[in-house]
Amino acid sequence: MAQMRYREALRDAHAEEMRRDNRVFVMGEDIAVWGGSFRVTEGLLAEFGAERVIDTPISEEVIVGAGIGAAMAGLRPIVELMTINFSLLAMDQIINHAAKLYYMSGGQLPIPMVIRAPQGAGQQLGAQHSQNLEAHFVHTPGLKVVIPSTAADAKGLLKTSVRDDDPIIFIEHEILYGMKGDVPDDNDFTIPLGVADVKREGSDVTIVAYSRMVHTVLEAASQLEKEDGISVELVDPRTLKPFDIDTVTKSVEKTGRLVIVEEDCRTCGVGAEIAASVGERAFYSLDAPILRVAGADVPIPYSRHLEQSAIPQTQDVVHAVKRILAGKAP
Amino acid sequence: MDSDLRLELYRKMILIRRFEEKTNQMYQKGKITGFCHLYIGEEAVGVGAISAIRETDYVVTGYRDHGQAIAKGVDPKRVMAELFGKEAGVSKGKGGSMHMFDKEKRFMGGDAIVGGDLPLAVGIGFAIKYQKIDDIVLCFFGDGAANEGAFHESFNLASLWNLPVLFFCENNKYGMGTSIERASSIEDLAKRAACYNIEWQIIDGMDVVEVYEATRKTAGRVRSQKRPEMIEAKTYRFKGHSVADPEVYRTKEEVEQWKVRDPIDRLRNKLKGEGILTDEKIKQIDDEVESVCGEAIEFADKSPFPPASAVCEHVYAGKF
Repeated sequence: MAQMRYREALRDAHAEEMRRDNRVFVMGEDIAVWGGSFRVTEGLLAEFGAERVIDTPISEEVIVGAGIGAAMAGLRPIVELMTINFSLLAMDQIINHAAKLYYMSGGQLPIPMVIRAPQGAGQQLGAQHSQNLEAHFVHTPGLKVVIPSTAADAKGLLKTSVRDDDPIIFIEHEILYGMKGDVPDDNDFTIPLGVADVKREGSDVTIVAYSRMVHTVLEAASQLEKEDGISVELVDPRTLKPFDIDTVTKSVEKTGRLVIVEEDCRTCGVGAEIAASVGERAFYSLDAPILRVAGADVPIPYSRHLEQSAIPQTQDVVHAVKRILAGKAP
Repeated sequence: MDSDLRLELYRKMILIRRFEEKTNQMYQKGKITGFCHLYIGEEAVGVGAISAIRETDYVVTGYRDHGQAIAKGVDPKRVMAELFGKEAGVSKGKGGSMHMFDKEKRFMGGDAIVGGDLPLAVGIGFAIKYQKIDDIVLCFFGDGAANEGAFHESFNLASLWNLPVLFFCENNKYGMGTSIERASSIEDLAKRAACYNIEWQIIDGMDVVEVYEATRKTAGRVRSQKRPEMIEAKTYRFKGHSVADPEVYRTKEEVEQWKVRDPIDRLRNKLKGEGILTDEKIKQIDDEVESVCGEAIEFADKSPFPPASAVCEHVYAGKF
């Protein structure tokens, strides 16, 4: 085990996979000379050279499209989008091409590509730089969606994603890049897609959360245990597609209560899908209505207090857990 | 150009013309459904260009793709079966008219998003450079695609990175029903390539020999100099944009004027004049082509539809 930051774990995953497989390369805006605007790719240019660590112009549609084309012709690209907000400029290539070519070609053209991008609010970057867009991608058949919350998960899941034969939207979180965690040293440390991780075991209520919200929930869970003796079980799905519904269902069958916490805005979010799936599978195990703690249905504002009001806070989670245990409606 | 090669170009154009006529008939009979864009009138472009590259070179194209697939060597039987939505179709019945794929033939697809194939061509060109091999990518697109952002991003990157992509614009004067005069700030689209430091030329897309020669020379430079180039071929579709086109946007006279330049008639007359084609030989080629198309229809008709269980296959290549 080594202590490292989330960004360093990602960088190591790049380096190890690039050493292992010559077909792997990484490209994106300011990822080579600059080292990436969140410094994830720092140092890769020195080790692998400009043929495999490639700065692109600011042209998201062709960056993603070129990644797809390279994958069609036998390479395994990692494409970094500076932030997920810019993926919207490449949506035609992601949704009409990456997600569909294997299917439309009757299984002739797999697209083994990873599109990495950070998302999330909390740094006062305004509405065009603070979105959470996972629901858009989860809603597209043909894509896989990976969304790690810790340094170890980031590394293990990125390595698996690079080795996977499908187009993967690998969603990082801007606030998590500096967060430290224990990461296994093993060069072949990978984490399978579609396997949730119980980040905290408990008995009174199940909380499903991913990405940054895992940490918000961990804080709330500590507080609830200390102040109220409430035992929270936290399930981090880690990948939203495939989604480990079995682990979530099992946990709900144990606790009888489910709260879903997501930073993304509420309407038609991933939380709605999880709630529906659990309702279908475990309705008779539920002792209370499923609750969602989600971002507000607003563009993310700039001003600090407004921004914090738009995304779930620790106290929002604490209140939701108390409400669900009191059997009160939201 | 030697006579055997010209006969071969003639035969390929006739094959595609007949194939598309049969496709139209099968559409009217309800055997083919959905969108269906015929290549009739534009055969010289696909045949001339694709005949001038290597078998290992890649082709990507737009949605008017049946003729180009056949020109790249894709089996007409499997193209027709795809149109019929059959399991034996080149894309297993999952693509349809606009999505013919044959990886073995390096026919990397019909793309139904205007301009959508240009970024893919850049990526394939990148892979060729990365792998240090000497294939090239022949990237077809229509005049409509030249007004998409993807055109500009792709031209910039292909030039910046010195990629072996031959951008080939089939300018048939109409983006669906909107004429180029009503859609583009310039009519000679190839001039846009100059802004990206890409060599360009404009050719007669109704003359298969000219298309072949221009492509052969250009493909040679793209391969050896490892730089993109652009060819714009002025061409014309004799049929509607798709089979469901009332054609209110152009006059019968205009269509008739272009039909005078029919690429097949032109080559046939020329070869007859030179004594290379006789009436007997013409009939022989017609009969051969007729039987290829007949077999394609029979094959497509007799093939089974994919089982319902196939709907969930090929969504993911890896574990899911």
